[in-house]
Amino acid sequence: MNASEATGASGHGPIPPMVLAEGVSKSFGSNEVLKGIALEVKRGEVLCLVGPSGSGKSTFLRCINHLEVVSAGRLSVDGELIGYREANGKLYELRPREAARQRRDIGMVFQRFNLFPHMTAMQNVMEAPLRVKGENKALAEQKARDLLDRVGLADREDYFPAHLSGGQQQRVAIARALAMEPKLMLFDEPTSALDPELVGEVLDVMKGLAADGMTMIVVTHEMGFAREVADSLVFMDAGVVVETGDPAEVLANPQHQRTRAFFSKVL
Amino acid sequence: MSSESPIQAIRLRHPWRNVFAVVLIAGAALFILDAAGRPAYDWPAVAKYVFDRRITQAAVNTLQLTVYSMIIAIVLGVILAIMRLSPNPVVKSVAWFYLWVFRGTPVYVQLVFWGLLSIIYQSIDIGIPFMEPFYSFQTNAALNTFTLAIIGLALNEAAYMAEIVRAGLLSVDRGQEEAATALGMGWIQTMRRVIVPQAMRIIIPPTGNEVISMLKTTSLVTAVPYSFDLYTRSRDISAETFNPIPMLIVASLWYLLFTSILMVGQHFLEKRFARGVGDRRPDKKGSAPTGTGAVPLVTGTQPTVVAPTQTENPPSSPGREGTR
Ligand SMILES: Nc1ncnc2c1ncn2[C@@H]1O[C@H](COP(=O)(O)OP(=O)(O)OP(=O)(O)O)[C@@H](O)[C@H]1O
Ligand SMILES: [Mg+2]
Repeated sequence: MNASEATGASGHGPIPPMVLAEGVSKSFGSNEVLKGIALEVKRGEVLCLVGPSGSGKSTFLRCINHLEVVSAGRLSVDGELIGYREANGKLYELRPREAARQRRDIGMVFQRFNLFPHMTAMQNVMEAPLRVKGENKALAEQKARDLLDRVGLADREDYFPAHLSGGQQQRVAIARALAMEPKLMLFDEPTSALDPELVGEVLDVMKGLAADGMTMIVVTHEMGFAREVADSLVFMDAGVVVETGDPAEVLANPQHQRTRAFFSKVL
Repeated sequence: MSSESPIQAIRLRHPWRNVFAVVLIAGAALFILDAAGRPAYDWPAVAKYVFDRRITQAAVNTLQLTVYSMIIAIVLGVILAIMRLSPNPVVKSVAWFYLWVFRGTPVYVQLVFWGLLSIIYQSIDIGIPFMEPFYSFQTNAALNTFTLAIIGLALNEAAYMAEIVRAGLLSVDRGQEEAATALGMGWIQTMRRVIVPQAMRIIIPPTGNEVISMLKTTSLVTAVPYSFDLYTRSRDISAETFNPIPMLIVASLWYLLFTSILMVGQHFLEKRFARGVGDRRPDKKGSAPTGTGAVPLVTGTQPTVVAPTQTENPPSSPGREGTR
């Protein structure tokens, strides 16, 4: 039907954006949390999503990896429709297996880390490659070690989460998500549960990721990070995208009243 | 000298504590001395019967009743717990109804019912309704009283296990399931690798209590009537000897022995599932991990008393473990 349905990155048609949201809406009962979000994230792009509490930022992220089911509109990642299969103009819900396969390629980092407390840092990172991808142990171990080294925690591999600081836990969580070799990383306020002096170490890891070309959507209140790293900034309020553009421009010169009001509070 | 020399203060005395302790010890000693010489206890008879062939066989039977019915109860309890957490209202209500019936009636009454099974249902047919059954058997012949006792105990216990398992599953932070799902793990993997291992910490202590309680509940199987368990057997023997007190002691000694073994087993299981949340060292082999030579050694483990979810502010240095 339209250009966004081009298949994969092959020769036909344009390369699809990494994330394409068209009129995405989501209601919980009668509470309409997302009201027609339209948004595009290109490959290698870092998009920062900001907005007041309750504006639906987390809900939108969770829709992208199908932790929530979209009520209306279309959401696709790398040209593939999320949560549904389309055939003969009809949408069919995906089986749990198929949904799980889509999630493998999308990494997610949570505000409260959500590390598995009964596993060491190393085991946390190895779990999904071993169980989901069926990688062999030696390879998974080698990769986990490299990843922990990359987030600066080579000497903490045998620690349980309870024995790590918040910043260290979040870095393990990032390594765990990276272990699945995702093409897209979602961060839901990755630093808001951290003590101020620990925020930097997590942001540094994320900057490194961005520099390596990872496509990222980051919900954050760290405007410094947005200005420095993001390619675009999206301001959301009450379930709609109010303003979007280059971070420096939006921050310096917001066009909408609501955006101005929000920035005057957080900056 | 150095200002850090050890404090040498006069210890605070607790005279009433000491008095109370002495009274307790004296009371216990008097009781034991008196019991040792009291003819009604008939210690020679206790010694004679404690390893009597009939008693040891009965002890084995009691153990079997306990183990088999607990295994069935745990499996069924897990199924019922998952059914109760199901989004499907029919599945949920069926589980609720089961719990309502089996928790709402005395186990003794249930055991009597199971004993009457062959009168209520003379034969049991397995197959598709309104068609020739694949398999049909006489209830009497297929199910002896031992089997019926196990069924009765297990189905009753399953109702209690379901609640224990459900509480355990619900105690695991929602974020755990989300994290596993986001990694692409399926429902079964998430349960098996992430949720259940964490729920175990909550499930094991009350389950240990249930096993111990089951060991003693087996003394009710006489209701079926099955009469080769420890209590019923010792009572039957005393009916022959007209000397019930030593037989009660014999049965109690065996119950106590089994209970003690179960308590030791529970302790080790609890330790096993405290991984990562107790205050043990992070590594398995006991050597300090690299990079933190100065971490103090941790003493003591308290596996069951830690909070199930992570704290808002996790310790900010790796050297602070041992305080949770
Ligand atoms: N599972 C749910 N069931 C019902 N309502 C929900 C659910 N999840 C979120 N909501 C509602 O959706 C709205 C948006 O929530 P969301 O978590 O997406 O906001 P947010 O922008 O991430 O806010 P914050 O900055 O506080 O994290 C809130 O009003 C919330 O109450
Ligand atoms: Mg949120």
